[in-house]
Amino acid sequence: MPVVVYLLAFYVYPLYRNVDLSLRNYTVRSFVQGDAPFTGFANYAKVFADATFGPALWHTIVFTVVSLAFQFSIGLALAVFFSRNFRLSTTLRALFLVPWLLPLIVSSSTWSWMLNSESGVVNAVLAALGIDPVNWLTSPDWSLWSVTIANIWIGIPFNLVVLYSGLQAIPSHIHEAAALDGASGWQRFWRVTFPLLRPVSAITLLLGLVYTLKVFDIIWIMTKGGPSDASTTLATWSYRLGFGNLLPSFGPGAAVGNLLIVIALVFGLVYIRAQRRQGAAA
Amino acid sequence: MRATRRTWWRTGLGVVFTAFMLFPVYWMINVSFTRDQDMRKSPPYWFPVHGTLEGYRAVLEQQGPYLATSLVVGLGTVALTLVIAAPAAYSLAKLRPRGGGVLSFVLLIAQMIPGVIMAMGFYAIYLSTGVLNTVPGLIVADSTLAVPFAVLIFTAFMSGIPEELMQAARVDGAGAVRTFWSVVLPVSRNSVITVSLFAFLWAWSDFVFASTLDQGGGRQPITLGIYHYIGNNNQQWNAIMATAVVASIPATVLLVIAQRYVAAGVTAGAVKD
Repeated sequence: MPVVVYLLAFYVYPLYRNVDLSLRNYTVRSFVQGDAPFTGFANYAKVFADATFGPALWHTIVFTVVSLAFQFSIGLALAVFFSRNFRLSTTLRALFLVPWLLPLIVSSSTWSWMLNSESGVVNAVLAALGIDPVNWLTSPDWSLWSVTIANIWIGIPFNLVVLYSGLQAIPSHIHEAAALDGASGWQRFWRVTFPLLRPVSAITLLLGLVYTLKVFDIIWIMTKGGPSDASTTLATWSYRLGFGNLLPSFGPGAAVGNLLIVIALVFGLVYIRAQRRQGAAA
Repeated sequence: MRATRRTWWRTGLGVVFTAFMLFPVYWMINVSFTRDQDMRKSPPYWFPVHGTLEGYRAVLEQQGPYLATSLVVGLGTVALTLVIAAPAAYSLAKLRPRGGGVLSFVLLIAQMIPGVIMAMGFYAIYLSTGVLNTVPGLIVADSTLAVPFAVLIFTAFMSGIPEELMQAARVDGAGAVRTFWSVVLPVSRNSVITVSLFAFLWAWSDFVFASTLDQGGGRQPITLGIYHYIGNNNQQWNAIMATAVVASIPATVLLVIAQRYVAAGVTAGAVKD
Protein backbone atom coordinates (compact mmCIF):
# COMPACT_ATOMS: atom_id res chain seq x y z
CA MET A 1 0.00 0.00 0.00
CA PRO A 2 1.44 3.32 -1.06
CA VAL A 3 0.22 5.12 2.06
CA VAL A 4 2.38 2.87 4.22
CA VAL A 5 5.41 3.74 2.12
CA TYR A 6 4.44 7.40 2.34
CA LEU A 7 4.11 7.24 6.12
CA LEU A 8 7.44 5.48 6.45
CA ALA A 9 9.20 7.93 4.16
CA PHE A 10 7.66 11.19 5.31
CA TYR A 11 6.74 10.62 8.95
CA VAL A 12 8.77 7.81 10.40
CA TYR A 13 12.01 8.69 8.63
CA PRO A 14 11.99 12.40 9.61
CA LEU A 15 11.11 11.43 13.16
CA TYR A 16 13.90 8.87 13.17
CA ARG A 17 16.33 11.51 11.88
CA ASN A 18 15.10 13.80 14.60
CA VAL A 19 15.79 11.25 17.34
CA ASP A 20 19.15 10.58 15.72
CA LEU A 21 19.91 14.32 15.74
CA SER A 22 19.14 14.52 19.42
CA LEU A 23 21.58 11.72 20.28
CA ARG A 24 24.61 13.03 18.42
CA ASN A 25 26.91 15.96 18.67
CA TYR A 26 26.26 17.73 15.38
CA THR A 27 28.11 20.70 14.06
CA VAL A 28 27.53 22.36 10.71
CA ARG A 29 30.38 20.38 9.18
CA SER A 30 29.43 16.97 10.56
CA PHE A 31 25.83 17.75 9.62
CA VAL A 32 26.79 17.81 5.96
CA GLN A 33 29.21 14.90 6.16
CA GLY A 34 27.00 12.81 8.41
CA ASP A 35 29.76 11.58 10.72
CA ALA A 36 28.72 13.24 13.99
CA PRO A 37 29.85 11.31 17.06
CA PHE A 38 27.20 9.47 19.03
CA THR A 39 26.86 11.09 22.43
CA GLY A 40 23.88 9.34 23.94
CA PHE A 41 21.74 11.54 26.11
CA ALA A 42 24.29 14.36 26.41
CA ASN A 43 22.02 16.73 24.47
CA TYR A 44 19.14 16.00 26.82
CA ALA A 45 21.34 16.59 29.86
CA LYS A 46 22.46 19.87 28.31
CA VAL A 47 18.86 20.92 27.71
CA PHE A 48 17.73 20.08 31.24
CA ALA A 49 20.67 21.99 32.70
CA ASP A 50 20.04 25.02 30.49
CA ALA A 51 18.81 28.15 32.25
CA THR A 52 16.09 28.50 29.59
CA PHE A 53 14.54 25.11 30.33
CA GLY A 54 12.64 26.02 33.51
CA PRO A 55 11.13 29.27 32.18
CA ALA A 56 10.31 27.71 28.78
CA LEU A 57 8.46 24.84 30.46
CA TRP A 58 6.61 27.25 32.77
CA HIS A 59 5.64 29.54 29.86
CA THR A 60 4.38 26.53 27.91
CA ILE A 61 2.17 25.55 30.83
CA VAL A 62 0.84 29.09 31.42
CA PHE A 63 0.28 29.69 27.69
CA THR A 64 -1.55 26.38 27.26
CA VAL A 65 -3.69 26.47 30.39
CA VAL A 66 -4.77 30.13 30.06
CA SER A 67 -5.44 29.75 26.32
CA LEU A 68 -7.54 26.65 26.84
CA ALA A 69 -9.52 28.10 29.74
CA PHE A 70 -10.57 31.19 27.78
CA GLN A 71 -11.00 29.55 24.38
CA PHE A 72 -13.21 26.91 25.90
CA SER A 73 -15.38 29.09 28.10
CA ILE A 74 -15.87 31.80 25.46
CA GLY A 75 -16.44 29.13 22.79
CA LEU A 76 -19.00 27.37 24.99
CA ALA A 77 -20.84 30.59 25.83
CA LEU A 78 -21.03 31.47 22.14
CA ALA A 79 -22.12 27.95 21.22
CA VAL A 80 -25.00 28.20 23.69
CA PHE A 81 -25.84 31.65 22.36
CA PHE A 82 -25.92 30.42 18.76
CA SER A 83 -27.75 27.19 19.59
CA ARG A 84 -31.05 29.11 19.46
CA ASN A 85 -31.80 29.89 15.88
CA PHE A 86 -32.36 33.54 15.13
CA ARG A 87 -32.20 35.76 12.11
CA LEU A 88 -28.69 35.85 10.60
CA SER A 89 -27.44 33.26 13.10
CA THR A 90 -25.98 31.01 10.39
CA THR A 91 -24.19 33.87 8.66
CA LEU A 92 -22.77 35.26 11.90
CA ARG A 93 -21.61 31.82 12.98
CA ALA A 94 -19.82 31.43 9.64
CA LEU A 95 -18.12 34.81 10.11
CA PHE A 96 -16.80 33.59 13.45
CA LEU A 97 -14.72 31.05 11.52
CA VAL A 98 -12.61 33.76 9.89
CA PRO A 99 -9.91 34.01 12.61
CA TRP A 100 -9.41 30.28 12.45
CA LEU A 101 -9.05 30.21 8.66
CA LEU A 102 -6.65 33.12 8.26
CA PRO A 103 -3.00 32.18 7.78
CA LEU A 104 -1.26 32.48 11.15
CA ILE A 105 1.23 34.95 9.74
CA VAL A 106 -1.66 37.23 8.79
CA SER A 107 -3.32 37.16 12.22
CA SER A 108 -0.01 37.35 14.07
CA SER A 109 1.26 40.36 12.15
CA THR A 110 -2.11 42.10 12.51
CA TRP A 111 -1.99 41.57 16.28
CA SER A 112 1.63 42.79 16.32
CA TRP A 113 0.59 46.09 14.81
CA MET A 114 -2.54 46.40 16.96
CA LEU A 115 -0.41 45.87 20.08
CA ASN A 116 2.37 48.22 18.96
CA SER A 117 3.38 50.42 21.91
CA GLU A 118 3.25 53.84 20.21
CA SER A 119 0.88 53.43 17.28
CA GLY A 120 -1.19 50.41 18.18
CA VAL A 121 -4.96 50.68 18.28
CA VAL A 122 -5.17 48.82 21.60
CA ASN A 123 -3.12 51.46 23.40
CA ALA A 124 -5.16 54.16 21.62
CA VAL A 125 -8.33 52.68 23.11
CA LEU A 126 -6.68 52.42 26.54
CA ALA A 127 -5.61 56.08 26.27
CA ALA A 128 -9.20 57.05 25.45
CA LEU A 129 -10.25 55.25 28.65
CA GLY A 130 -7.56 57.08 30.60
CA ILE A 131 -5.31 54.05 31.07
CA ASP A 132 -1.54 54.32 30.61
CA PRO A 133 -0.11 52.64 27.51
CA VAL A 134 1.21 49.12 27.92
CA ASN A 135 4.34 47.82 26.18
CA TRP A 136 2.54 44.70 25.05
CA LEU A 137 5.27 43.13 23.01
CA THR A 138 8.42 44.74 24.35
CA SER A 139 7.93 44.38 28.09
CA PRO A 140 8.91 41.05 29.68
CA ASP A 141 5.89 41.35 31.99
CA TRP A 142 3.42 41.50 29.13
CA SER A 143 4.75 39.65 26.09
CA LEU A 144 3.53 36.22 27.23
CA TRP A 145 0.04 37.64 27.86
CA SER A 146 0.02 39.31 24.45
CA VAL A 147 0.74 36.12 22.54
CA THR A 148 -1.77 34.27 24.73
CA ILE A 149 -4.49 36.81 23.86
CA ALA A 150 -3.78 36.40 20.15
CA ASN A 151 -3.85 32.62 20.52
CA ILE A 152 -7.18 32.72 22.38
CA TRP A 153 -8.64 34.80 19.56
CA ILE A 154 -7.49 32.26 16.99
CA GLY A 155 -8.77 29.29 19.00
CA ILE A 156 -12.30 30.49 19.80
CA PRO A 157 -13.82 29.47 16.43
CA PHE A 158 -12.67 25.87 16.76
CA ASN A 159 -14.20 25.58 20.22
CA LEU A 160 -17.38 27.29 19.07
CA VAL A 161 -17.92 25.01 16.08
CA VAL A 162 -17.18 21.74 17.85
CA LEU A 163 -19.21 22.59 20.96
CA TYR A 164 -22.05 23.88 18.78
CA SER A 165 -22.27 20.58 16.94
CA GLY A 166 -22.13 18.84 20.32
CA LEU A 167 -25.10 20.92 21.51
CA GLN A 168 -27.05 20.13 18.35
CA ALA A 169 -26.67 16.44 19.11
CA ILE A 170 -28.53 16.79 22.43
CA PRO A 171 -32.17 15.94 21.78
CA SER A 172 -34.44 18.94 22.40
CA HIS A 173 -37.06 16.89 24.26
CA ILE A 174 -34.64 16.57 27.18
CA HIS A 175 -34.67 20.36 27.54
CA GLU A 176 -38.42 20.47 27.21
CA ALA A 177 -38.79 17.85 29.93
CA ALA A 178 -36.50 19.79 32.24
CA ALA A 179 -38.40 23.02 31.49
CA LEU A 180 -41.69 21.26 32.32
CA ASP A 181 -40.19 20.18 35.62
CA GLY A 182 -39.70 23.86 36.36
CA ALA A 183 -35.93 24.15 35.82
CA SER A 184 -34.74 27.68 35.07
CA GLY A 185 -32.53 28.43 32.09
CA TRP A 186 -29.44 28.57 34.27
CA GLN A 187 -30.28 25.29 36.02
CA ARG A 188 -31.04 23.60 32.70
CA PHE A 189 -27.59 24.55 31.46
CA TRP A 190 -25.61 23.36 34.48
CA ARG A 191 -27.71 20.31 35.40
CA VAL A 192 -28.69 19.05 31.95
CA THR A 193 -26.72 20.53 29.06
CA PHE A 194 -23.29 20.65 30.64
CA PRO A 195 -23.22 17.03 31.87
CA LEU A 196 -24.56 15.78 28.54
CA LEU A 197 -21.90 17.78 26.74
CA ARG A 198 -19.09 16.34 28.82
CA PRO A 199 -17.72 13.85 26.25
CA VAL A 200 -17.57 16.51 23.54
CA SER A 201 -16.04 19.00 25.99
CA ALA A 202 -13.35 16.51 26.96
CA ILE A 203 -12.42 15.92 23.34
CA THR A 204 -12.43 19.64 22.53
CA LEU A 205 -10.12 20.37 25.45
CA LEU A 206 -7.77 17.51 24.69
CA LEU A 207 -7.47 18.44 21.02
CA GLY A 208 -7.02 22.07 22.03
CA LEU A 209 -4.27 21.00 24.39
CA VAL A 210 -2.40 19.05 21.74
CA TYR A 211 -2.74 21.93 19.27
CA THR A 212 -1.72 24.61 21.79
CA LEU A 213 1.41 22.72 22.81
CA LYS A 214 2.47 22.87 19.15
CA VAL A 215 1.88 26.61 18.75
CA PHE A 216 4.96 28.17 17.30
CA ASP A 217 4.06 30.59 14.48
CA ILE A 218 2.13 33.09 16.60
CA ILE A 219 4.80 33.47 19.25
CA TRP A 220 7.70 33.50 16.84
CA ILE A 221 6.15 36.11 14.56
CA MET A 222 4.93 38.38 17.36
CA THR A 223 7.84 38.32 19.83
CA LYS A 224 10.42 35.72 18.68
CA GLY A 225 10.01 34.38 22.23
CA GLY A 226 11.38 37.63 23.68
CA PRO A 227 12.11 39.98 25.19
CA SER A 228 14.86 37.98 26.90
CA ASP A 229 12.93 34.71 26.67
CA ALA A 230 9.88 36.14 28.47
CA SER A 231 7.53 34.43 25.98
CA THR A 232 9.71 31.46 25.00
CA THR A 233 7.90 28.13 25.06
CA LEU A 234 9.31 24.68 24.36
CA ALA A 235 8.24 24.91 20.70
CA THR A 236 9.87 28.28 20.02
CA TRP A 237 12.94 27.31 22.00
CA SER A 238 13.36 24.17 19.93
CA TYR A 239 13.06 26.21 16.73
CA ARG A 240 15.51 28.83 17.95
CA LEU A 241 18.10 26.22 18.89
CA GLY A 242 17.76 24.51 15.53
CA PHE A 243 17.21 27.38 13.12
CA GLY A 244 17.31 30.70 14.93
CA ASN A 245 21.05 31.28 15.21
CA LEU A 246 23.84 31.58 12.73
CA LEU A 247 25.44 28.54 14.33
CA PRO A 248 22.62 26.03 14.63
CA SER A 249 22.67 23.51 17.45
CA PHE A 250 20.46 20.83 15.97
CA GLY A 251 21.22 18.31 18.69
CA PRO A 252 19.72 20.23 21.63
CA GLY A 253 16.97 21.63 19.37
CA ALA A 254 15.90 18.13 18.41
CA ALA A 255 16.12 17.06 22.05
CA VAL A 256 13.68 19.81 23.12
CA GLY A 257 11.43 18.87 20.20
CA ASN A 258 11.36 15.24 21.28
CA LEU A 259 10.42 16.22 24.83
CA LEU A 260 7.52 18.16 23.32
CA ILE A 261 6.48 15.12 21.27
CA VAL A 262 6.44 12.95 24.39
CA ILE A 263 4.19 15.45 26.21
CA ALA A 264 1.87 15.78 23.18
CA LEU A 265 1.69 12.02 22.72
CA VAL A 266 0.75 11.37 26.33
CA PHE A 267 -2.25 13.66 25.94
CA GLY A 268 -2.86 12.33 22.43
CA LEU A 269 -3.21 8.82 23.81
CA VAL A 270 -5.60 10.07 26.49
CA TYR A 271 -7.64 11.66 23.68
CA ILE A 272 -7.77 8.47 21.66
CA ARG A 273 -8.79 6.44 24.69
CA ALA A 274 -11.53 8.95 25.47
CA GLN A 275 -12.77 8.81 21.90
CA ARG A 276 -12.74 5.01 21.88
CA ARG A 277 -14.77 4.97 25.07
CA GLN A 278 -17.21 7.46 23.65
CA GLY A 279 -17.47 5.37 20.47
CA ALA A 280 -18.17 2.28 22.55
CA ALA A 281 -20.84 4.08 24.57
CA ALA A 282 -22.63 5.50 21.53
CA MET B 1 -45.11 39.07 18.26
CA ARG B 2 -43.17 38.44 21.43
CA ALA B 3 -41.11 35.73 19.81
CA THR B 4 -40.05 38.03 16.97
CA ARG B 5 -38.91 40.73 19.34
CA ARG B 6 -36.86 38.20 21.22
CA THR B 7 -35.06 36.93 18.13
CA TRP B 8 -34.26 40.49 17.04
CA TRP B 9 -32.65 41.08 20.38
CA ARG B 10 -30.50 38.02 19.82
CA THR B 11 -29.59 39.10 16.32
CA GLY B 12 -28.47 42.47 17.65
CA LEU B 13 -26.30 40.88 20.31
CA GLY B 14 -24.93 38.41 17.76
CA VAL B 15 -23.91 41.26 15.47
CA VAL B 16 -22.12 42.99 18.36
CA PHE B 17 -20.22 39.80 19.27
CA THR B 18 -19.25 39.19 15.67
CA ALA B 19 -18.11 42.79 15.19
CA PHE B 20 -15.97 42.53 18.31
CA MET B 21 -14.49 39.23 17.17
CA LEU B 22 -13.74 40.45 13.68
CA PHE B 23 -12.28 43.78 14.74
CA PRO B 24 -8.67 42.66 14.07
CA VAL B 25 -9.71 41.69 10.54
CA TYR B 26 -11.30 45.09 10.03
CA TRP B 27 -8.22 46.75 11.43
CA MET B 28 -5.98 44.87 9.02
CA ILE B 29 -8.08 46.18 6.13
CA ASN B 30 -8.21 49.70 7.56
CA VAL B 31 -4.44 49.88 8.03
CA SER B 32 -3.85 48.51 4.54
CA PHE B 33 -5.51 51.67 3.18
CA THR B 34 -3.84 54.12 5.58
CA ARG B 35 -1.34 56.66 4.26
CA ASP B 36 2.23 56.47 5.53
CA GLN B 37 2.04 59.85 7.23
CA ASP B 38 -1.11 58.82 9.14
CA MET B 39 0.36 55.55 10.35
CA ARG B 40 1.74 57.00 13.60
CA LYS B 41 -1.19 59.31 14.20
CA SER B 42 -2.69 59.17 17.69
CA PRO B 43 -5.55 58.50 17.99
CA PRO B 44 -5.63 56.61 14.68
CA TYR B 45 -8.25 57.11 11.98
CA TRP B 46 -10.99 54.60 12.65
CA PHE B 47 -12.01 54.56 9.00
CA PRO B 48 -9.80 54.87 5.92
CA VAL B 49 -10.84 58.53 5.39
CA HIS B 50 -7.73 59.42 3.43
CA GLY B 51 -7.59 56.02 1.81
CA THR B 52 -4.60 55.19 -0.34
CA LEU B 53 -3.68 52.30 -2.58
CA GLU B 54 0.06 52.69 -1.94
CA GLY B 55 0.09 49.47 0.05
CA TYR B 56 -1.60 47.47 -2.68
CA ARG B 57 0.68 48.99 -5.29
CA ALA B 58 3.63 47.71 -3.27
CA VAL B 59 2.03 44.24 -3.18
CA LEU B 60 1.62 44.19 -6.94
CA GLU B 61 5.20 45.29 -7.47
CA GLN B 62 6.93 43.13 -4.89
CA GLN B 63 4.80 40.16 -3.88
CA GLY B 64 3.79 38.67 -7.24
CA PRO B 65 6.43 35.92 -7.31
CA TYR B 66 5.66 34.95 -3.70
CA LEU B 67 1.96 34.64 -4.46
CA ALA B 68 2.68 32.56 -7.55
CA THR B 69 4.90 30.19 -5.55
CA SER B 70 2.22 29.79 -2.89
CA LEU B 71 -0.32 28.96 -5.58
CA VAL B 72 1.96 26.29 -7.07
CA VAL B 73 2.78 24.85 -3.65
CA GLY B 74 -0.92 24.84 -2.66
CA LEU B 75 -2.09 23.10 -5.82
CA GLY B 76 0.81 20.66 -5.71
CA THR B 77 -0.04 19.78 -2.12
CA VAL B 78 -3.69 19.20 -3.03
CA ALA B 79 -2.71 16.87 -5.89
CA LEU B 80 -0.21 14.90 -3.82
CA THR B 81 -2.62 14.64 -0.88
CA LEU B 82 -5.46 13.32 -3.05
CA VAL B 83 -3.21 10.82 -4.85
CA ILE B 84 -1.93 9.42 -1.56
CA ALA B 85 -5.03 9.64 0.61
CA ALA B 86 -7.96 8.63 -1.61
CA PRO B 87 -6.72 5.14 -2.62
CA ALA B 88 -5.50 4.54 0.93
CA ALA B 89 -8.90 5.43 2.37
CA TYR B 90 -10.66 3.31 -0.24
CA SER B 91 -8.69 0.26 0.73
CA LEU B 92 -9.11 1.01 4.45
CA ALA B 93 -12.86 1.43 4.12
CA LYS B 94 -13.74 -1.23 1.60
CA LEU B 95 -10.97 -3.77 1.19
CA ARG B 96 -10.18 -3.89 4.92
CA PRO B 97 -6.53 -4.95 4.79
CA ARG B 98 -4.75 -6.51 7.75
CA GLY B 99 -3.34 -3.85 10.07
CA GLY B 100 -5.92 -1.31 8.98
CA GLY B 101 -6.81 -0.46 12.55
CA VAL B 102 -3.18 0.15 13.42
CA LEU B 103 -2.83 2.38 10.37
CA SER B 104 -5.79 4.58 11.36
CA PHE B 105 -4.32 4.83 14.84
CA VAL B 106 -0.94 5.91 13.46
CA LEU B 107 -2.63 8.54 11.29
CA LEU B 108 -4.40 9.98 14.31
CA ILE B 109 -1.11 10.18 16.21
CA ALA B 110 0.65 11.66 13.19
CA GLN B 111 -1.61 14.71 13.36
CA MET B 112 -0.32 15.49 16.82
CA ILE B 113 3.37 15.78 16.01
CA PRO B 114 4.52 19.40 16.32
CA GLY B 115 5.52 20.96 12.99
CA VAL B 116 8.83 22.23 14.37
CA ILE B 117 9.93 18.66 14.96
CA MET B 118 8.95 17.44 11.52
CA ALA B 119 10.78 20.45 10.08
CA MET B 120 14.00 19.50 11.81
CA GLY B 121 13.81 15.91 10.57
CA PHE B 122 12.99 17.06 7.04
CA TYR B 123 15.82 19.57 7.17
CA ALA B 124 18.33 16.84 7.93
CA ILE B 125 17.00 14.64 5.12
CA TYR B 126 16.64 17.44 2.57
CA LEU B 127 20.13 18.72 3.22
CA SER B 128 21.70 15.41 2.34
CA THR B 129 19.43 14.69 -0.65
CA GLY B 130 19.62 18.18 -2.12
CA VAL B 131 15.90 19.05 -2.07
CA LEU B 132 16.38 21.83 0.45
CA ASN B 133 15.03 25.15 -0.83
CA THR B 134 13.05 23.57 -3.67
CA VAL B 135 9.34 23.78 -4.40
CA PRO B 136 8.82 19.98 -4.64
CA GLY B 137 10.50 19.60 -1.23
CA LEU B 138 8.08 22.09 0.25
CA ILE B 139 5.11 20.37 -1.38
CA VAL B 140 6.07 17.01 0.13
CA ALA B 141 6.52 18.58 3.58
CA ASP B 142 3.22 20.47 3.36
CA SER B 143 1.37 17.33 2.31
CA THR B 144 2.21 15.80 5.68
CA LEU B 145 -0.07 18.43 7.21
CA ALA B 146 -3.05 17.21 5.20
CA VAL B 147 -2.62 13.50 4.46
CA PRO B 148 -3.64 12.08 7.88
CA PHE B 149 -6.70 14.34 8.00
CA ALA B 150 -7.54 13.42 4.39
CA VAL B 151 -7.32 9.68 4.96
CA LEU B 152 -9.53 9.93 8.05
CA ILE B 153 -12.17 12.03 6.24
CA PHE B 154 -12.17 9.80 3.15
CA THR B 155 -12.35 6.61 5.19
CA ALA B 156 -15.29 7.92 7.20
CA PHE B 157 -17.08 8.92 4.01
CA MET B 158 -16.27 5.88 1.90
CA SER B 159 -17.34 3.39 4.55
CA GLY B 160 -20.79 4.96 4.16
CA ILE B 161 -21.02 4.06 0.48
CA PRO B 162 -23.57 1.24 0.15
CA GLU B 163 -22.13 -2.17 -0.49
CA GLU B 164 -24.71 -2.79 -3.26
CA LEU B 165 -23.15 -0.07 -5.38
CA MET B 166 -19.75 -1.77 -5.28
CA GLN B 167 -21.29 -5.16 -5.90
CA ALA B 168 -23.11 -3.85 -8.96
CA ALA B 169 -19.79 -2.63 -10.33
CA ARG B 170 -18.20 -5.99 -9.62
CA VAL B 171 -21.02 -7.84 -11.39
CA ASP B 172 -20.42 -5.61 -14.38
CA GLY B 173 -16.86 -6.91 -14.39
CA ALA B 174 -15.01 -3.96 -12.83
CA GLY B 175 -11.90 -4.71 -10.76
CA ALA B 176 -10.97 -2.93 -7.53
CA VAL B 177 -9.12 -0.15 -9.38
CA ARG B 178 -11.92 0.38 -11.88
CA THR B 179 -14.54 0.43 -9.11
CA PHE B 180 -12.51 3.01 -7.22
CA TRP B 181 -12.07 5.22 -10.26
CA SER B 182 -15.56 5.16 -11.76
CA VAL B 183 -17.80 4.48 -8.75
CA VAL B 184 -16.19 5.46 -5.46
CA LEU B 185 -14.48 8.69 -6.49
CA PRO B 186 -17.48 10.30 -8.21
CA VAL B 187 -19.72 9.43 -5.27
CA SER B 188 -17.18 10.88 -2.81
CA ARG B 189 -17.17 14.27 -4.52
CA ASN B 190 -18.06 16.19 -1.36
CA SER B 191 -15.27 14.73 0.70
CA VAL B 192 -12.83 15.35 -2.17
CA ILE B 193 -13.84 19.02 -2.09
CA THR B 194 -13.46 19.25 1.69
CA VAL B 195 -10.04 17.64 1.63
CA SER B 196 -8.81 19.74 -1.30
CA LEU B 197 -9.94 22.97 0.32
CA PHE B 198 -8.19 22.22 3.58
CA ALA B 199 -5.03 20.86 1.96
CA PHE B 200 -4.77 24.03 -0.11
CA LEU B 201 -5.43 26.32 2.82
CA TRP B 202 -2.90 24.61 5.08
CA ALA B 203 -0.20 24.62 2.41
CA TRP B 204 -0.96 28.25 1.59
CA SER B 205 -0.78 29.24 5.28
CA ASP B 206 2.26 27.16 6.20
CA PHE B 207 5.04 29.12 7.84
CA VAL B 208 7.05 26.53 9.78
CA PHE B 209 8.11 24.42 6.79
CA ALA B 210 8.59 27.45 4.56
CA SER B 211 10.84 29.22 7.04
CA THR B 212 12.98 26.16 7.67
CA LEU B 213 13.05 24.19 4.42
CA ASP B 214 12.84 27.10 1.98
CA GLN B 215 14.57 29.97 3.77
CA GLY B 216 17.36 30.10 1.21
CA GLY B 217 15.20 29.21 -1.77
CA GLY B 218 14.87 31.31 -4.89
CA ARG B 219 11.11 30.77 -4.95
CA GLN B 220 9.47 31.46 -1.63
CA PRO B 221 5.80 31.40 -0.60
CA ILE B 222 3.75 34.41 0.51
CA THR B 223 4.06 33.61 4.21
CA LEU B 224 7.80 34.27 3.91
CA GLY B 225 7.04 37.34 1.82
CA ILE B 226 5.15 38.84 4.77
CA TYR B 227 7.74 37.63 7.25
CA HIS B 228 10.59 39.32 5.38
CA TYR B 229 8.50 42.47 5.25
CA ILE B 230 8.17 42.55 9.04
CA GLY B 231 11.72 41.31 9.62
CA ASN B 232 13.33 44.09 7.59
CA ASN B 233 12.10 46.49 10.23
CA ASN B 234 9.83 47.84 7.58
CA GLN B 235 7.68 50.74 8.73
CA GLN B 236 5.39 50.52 5.73
CA TRP B 237 2.60 48.86 7.63
CA ASN B 238 0.07 49.65 4.89
CA ALA B 239 2.09 47.45 2.52
CA ILE B 240 2.45 44.70 5.14
CA MET B 241 -1.27 44.72 5.91
CA ALA B 242 -2.15 44.90 2.21
CA THR B 243 -0.10 41.75 1.68
CA ALA B 244 -1.88 40.19 4.63
CA VAL B 245 -5.25 41.05 3.08
CA VAL B 246 -4.21 39.49 -0.23
CA ALA B 247 -2.88 36.42 1.59
CA SER B 248 -6.29 36.04 3.26
CA ILE B 249 -8.16 35.79 -0.04
CA PRO B 250 -8.09 31.98 -0.25
CA ALA B 251 -9.52 31.70 3.27
CA THR B 252 -12.29 34.14 2.41
CA VAL B 253 -13.14 32.48 -0.89
CA LEU B 254 -13.26 29.17 0.91
CA LEU B 255 -15.65 30.52 3.51
CA VAL B 256 -17.95 32.13 0.97
CA ILE B 257 -18.25 29.32 -1.56
CA ALA B 258 -17.80 26.31 0.66
CA GLN B 259 -19.05 27.20 4.09
CA ARG B 260 -20.73 23.89 4.83
CA TYR B 261 -17.61 21.96 3.85
CA VAL B 262 -15.56 24.10 6.21
CA ALA B 263 -17.75 23.45 9.22
CA ALA B 264 -17.75 19.77 8.29
CA GLY B 265 -13.97 19.78 8.18
CA VAL B 266 -13.56 21.48 11.54
CA THR B 267 -15.79 19.02 13.34
CA ALA B 268 -14.72 15.92 11.41
CA GLY B 269 -11.49 15.61 13.35
CA ALA B 270 -13.11 16.00 16.72
CA VAL B 271 -16.58 14.52 16.76
CA LYS B 272 -17.45 11.14 15.40
CA ASP B 273 -20.75 11.06 13.58
